[in-house]
Amino acid sequence: MSPKHTYGMIPAGVDLGKLSGTLIAIEGPDSSGRSTQIALLTQWLEEQGHAVAQVGLRRSSLVGPELDKAKQGNILSPRTLGLFYATDFFDQMENRIVPALRAGFVVLADRYIYTLMARAIVRGAEPEWVASVYSMAIVPDAVFYMTISLSTLVQRTFQSHSELDYWESGMDCGLSRDWFQSFVRYQRKIRSEFFKMQKKYAFELVNANRSVAVVDRDLQGRIQLVLNQAEKLGARRVSRGRVSQ
Amino acid sequence: MTRAMEEKLPGKLIAVEGLDGSGKSTQIHLVHQWLQSKGYRVFFSEWNSSVLVREATRKGKKRQLLTPTTFSLIHATDFADRYERQILPLLRAGYLVLCDRYIFTAFARDAVRGCDPAWLRKMYGFARIPDITMLFRLPLAVALERILEGRPQLKYFEAGMDLDLSPDPTESFRIFQGRVLAEYLRMVDEFGFTVVDATQTVHRQQTAVRRLIQDRVDLGFFHKRYIQ
Repeated sequence: MSPKHTYGMIPAGVDLGKLSGTLIAIEGPDSSGRSTQIALLTQWLEEQGHAVAQVGLRRSSLVGPELDKAKQGNILSPRTLGLFYATDFFDQMENRIVPALRAGFVVLADRYIYTLMARAIVRGAEPEWVASVYSMAIVPDAVFYMTISLSTLVQRTFQSHSELDYWESGMDCGLSRDWFQSFVRYQRKIRSEFFKMQKKYAFELVNANRSVAVVDRDLQGRIQLVLNQAEKLGARRVSRGRVSQ
Repeated sequence: MTRAMEEKLPGKLIAVEGLDGSGKSTQIHLVHQWLQSKGYRVFFSEWNSSVLVREATRKGKKRQLLTPTTFSLIHATDFADRYERQILPLLRAGYLVLCDRYIFTAFARDAVRGCDPAWLRKMYGFARIPDITMLFRLPLAVALERILEGRPQLKYFEAGMDLDLSPDPTESFRIFQGRVLAEYLRMVDEFGFTVVDATQTVHRQQTAVRRLIQDRVDLGFFHKRYIQ
């Protein structure tokens, strides 16, 4: 029941006043445990009686297949790829996130604009330009950034995949011909962009080097606070509404 | 990407804008023919022509899933692809680049759809302002007549049906085009458009357009014989 706003610009045709749900974004590199945590949080929230909607990047039907094709061929310039991602993001925001928030859902976003911004900046886009493109994004009620040491990240990555992913290794960035070296450098660069954004976008850091259960309890505690806060605001608004009637 | 804007480019960028039916495509086509026949390094680029993005646009339009924001972004993606792959490299290589519609088409149409003009200008901030932008101006009624007599079957987005202006496609198209024209006129001073009177004969317009280009561009530099 929290009032929603955006990072500056209002998207045409979206009524932010009617969005009573709660938006929670979970950021962090692959293998930091984002999806595991989102699955656990969904279960916990549903047990508590909250309706949950999960959204992620590149899941929209509008440009999803075209993005996959483009990435396979690696033929788009960083700016074009960045705008493609932005299209996909706003398609999801307007067609999935907004309706879910309007219906009062807790929306768990498996990554949000920050990953897209960091990726674009690492590839040479001007930070101000990137920020302006995403200035119509809804500000989440909380953003949790899962931090993990590089050595743990490497270990977890190999445990679950046995090989490195081309894009998560930033192989298109020309950092190194060696995949492992490129992965390490790319992840460092992304992380450094996240730390640069941390204050401006109010990221809450979550130490993801810990066990799944410990991180889960930590997140539950912090999300509970967000929900309590939203509840209070909502209750106040309802009572105010009654008085004015 | 940052450096691109400060760099002085040897090429020249010429864009034409105007409503559908204003005759701008005919005019830029004739300019292209003229410059080619004279042996100049020239390249012609159209709005909305990159293959990759076209598929997504087509799908989105067909299923009417596009909102003003995604409609705008998908065109920006298409433009960025074309700009960074064709237009900018050609300007660097010293070409005359002719554009049938440029970012002002997006500024006009998307603003009518409710997108924030400041957001649009920032998003397209990576694109250079053309050396010459010609706006082919025609009274709304004449433009409408030309379009409506030719193809009575208006497409959904083309008619601005997504704006709920009128349940009748033709009426919706009329209102939509009127608003687009108003947006264009608002940009004349902002971007220094040269307004061409599109009610004149094709030949007379073309004569004026060629003269303008000759006055503003040192064409000799673009001759294929001229080695930079």
